[in-house]
Amino acid sequence: MTDILAGRALTDSTAVARLGKRHRAERRFKCYGLAAIFSALAVLAVLLVTIVGTGYSAFVQTYVQLDIEFRADAIDPQGTRLESDFRQANYAVLVRDALVAHFPDVSGRRDRRALAGLISSGADIRLLNMVLRDPSLIGTKRAVWVKASADLDSFTKGQIPRDVPEDERKVSDLQITWIDQLAAKGLVEKKFNFDFFASADSREPEQAGVLGALVGSLLTLLVTLALSFPIAVMAAVYLEEFAPKNRFTDFIEININNLAAVPSIVFGLLGLAVFLNFFGLPRSAPLVGGMVLALMTMPTIIIAARAALKAVPPSIREAALGMGASPVQTVSHHVLPLAMPGILTGTIIGMAQALGETAPLLMIGMVAFIVDVPGSFTDAATVLPVQVYLWADAPERGFVERTSAAIMVLLAFLITMNILAVVLRRRFERRW
Amino acid sequence: MSAISSNDLPTEAGVAPVASKIRADRVSVYYGEKRAINEISIDIQANQVTAFIGPSGCGKSTFLRCLNRMNDTIDICRVTGSIVLDDEDIYDPKVDVVQLRARVGMVFQKPNPFPKSIYDNIAYGPRIHGLVSNRTDTDRVVEASLKRAGLWEEVKDRLLDSGTGLSGGQQQRLCIARAIAVQPEVILMDEPCSSLDPIATARIEELIDELRKNFTIIIVTHSMQQAARVSQRTAFFHLGDMIEYGDTEQVFTNPAEQKTQGYITGRFG
Repeated sequence: MTDILAGRALTDSTAVARLGKRHRAERRFKCYGLAAIFSALAVLAVLLVTIVGTGYSAFVQTYVQLDIEFRADAIDPQGTRLESDFRQANYAVLVRDALVAHFPDVSGRRDRRALAGLISSGADIRLLNMVLRDPSLIGTKRAVWVKASADLDSFTKGQIPRDVPEDERKVSDLQITWIDQLAAKGLVEKKFNFDFFASADSREPEQAGVLGALVGSLLTLLVTLALSFPIAVMAAVYLEEFAPKNRFTDFIEININNLAAVPSIVFGLLGLAVFLNFFGLPRSAPLVGGMVLALMTMPTIIIAARAALKAVPPSIREAALGMGASPVQTVSHHVLPLAMPGILTGTIIGMAQALGETAPLLMIGMVAFIVDVPGSFTDAATVLPVQVYLWADAPERGFVERTSAAIMVLLAFLITMNILAVVLRRRFERRW
Repeated sequence: MSAISSNDLPTEAGVAPVASKIRADRVSVYYGEKRAINEISIDIQANQVTAFIGPSGCGKSTFLRCLNRMNDTIDICRVTGSIVLDDEDIYDPKVDVVQLRARVGMVFQKPNPFPKSIYDNIAYGPRIHGLVSNRTDTDRVVEASLKRAGLWEEVKDRLLDSGTGLSGGQQQRLCIARAIAVQPEVILMDEPCSSLDPIATARIEELIDELRKNFTIIIVTHSMQQAARVSQRTAFFHLGDMIEYGDTEQVFTNPAEQKTQGYITGRFG
């Protein structure tokens, strides 16, 4: 043996030194890996802390307690007790009267308007709904918690500081004194912002909610999943298990791979040209949004599904074929169930992409300002990422926190989807 | 069942000639341009164990896979000549491959149970071929198949456990049980013991001897001792040709061909 090594041995000093170097290199390599992971975690932490830090305050909302007198002459002057009459009444007057009752010395148009500006313009809807639910309220006086305006809300949350000069702040000195007086009486309180999860978009930050966008996203993704999953899985199964290997199938494969890399806005333009202009489908609808996203998601699922099918050991196929199973039985009884975990992983990646996609949806009009929660696949709707985009663009202070809160809702949606996928995968997973 | 008992050599005087089960006539197999098998003609006799021996790459597995058309799954593979099972050409376009593979079962080199329960592994074949119609039927078939494969005692209490959780030898016997559950006429075995230890191998060999009462068995093996132990007829393959085919005893003790002599005495291969 010494002939081969030319007199050197593993115990030589040079060999020992080499060994030390090798160990050091290994430790260094490990450190690089750890550093990479920790920097990734740090960035993630910064991201989450920023979003949660900015957004958590959107989950509470300032309310003001007012003694509202449901005056019969304001709500139902004719005494008809008809719903149509209730709806025509001016409830803002009731709110204003209740405020004036607190601050009787406020006079002048400007000051009165400033006073009314403390309460959300949505308060009258709340009073209307109370009356509709219980007409016997008419003629009585009740203490009602009404929503504060976005400015008052921002002020009580400390987002509008007291110590800046009056002309640089949205809340006037006079309003601050009123707020302080109300607060001293215990009439200002922050409560859980239920409406944020129960209403759609609004021009007024305090009335804006994510439900519209959430439902829009859900409907859109349902369409996407219903279209892309079966088509993509069938395509992958055909290409992987049945198609002959020739130029034509190679060509298809290359095109599918290319399709996965096409910028999403191009799919949006395609949707605009084909689905809207040619087929005349409704604008801004989750149906069309889902179709566009399905086009985008399909290549991702096909590629993942083909990889998963390839990973199924050929011995399983041979076993099934050897038992006299037909090729379709082999695939549906054995190969597909074994590939299902991988296919689901690919699907969830595709769906997560679709969930976060904005650009193609802008092209088909899902960027519109929509104040109703969509009730069907053809209603005008928007989706969560577009809602985030819209709110991030809005000038009102109240939308800053709501933007972050909407991002949190989006992330929660994503996590729910992932958990669902993991649960499904567990159920399908088999060892071989 | 047949004219021979398990201890008799098939060619012994006074025994009626056994029926030929499979008759291959000038079978050649091409992989693309390359010819893997060269005009092989062979008669496989019913209720006997026929062993294919020969060095690696000699085409014995390829030929075996022709017998239940498993080569159909390989795109570039082309088969010429004729293979007749009983009176039917199995490469006739009218033949249903699914039906054929139910009649000619196969056991593979590596144990490949389905990643399902032991019960479902056995029940799969009878179910897809519509041989069982209810639960009691299926239970009976599963029990009978496992008993025939000598696995019943070991697994009867855990039929719902995964088939992949068994040991290698048990898995291979499970695969044999799975193959016989559809009552095939012929069982092809492609080196069924190559990944098993000697004890598991001995059990499989016993099983093969037991099974030939009811089935015609063709086994590909690299072990010449195994061929000598389990088979009644032996065919020696070399580079795509079948060099010699005859009674096992004659092939091993008094081979007619020089090459066979060389291979079985270990001079090459």
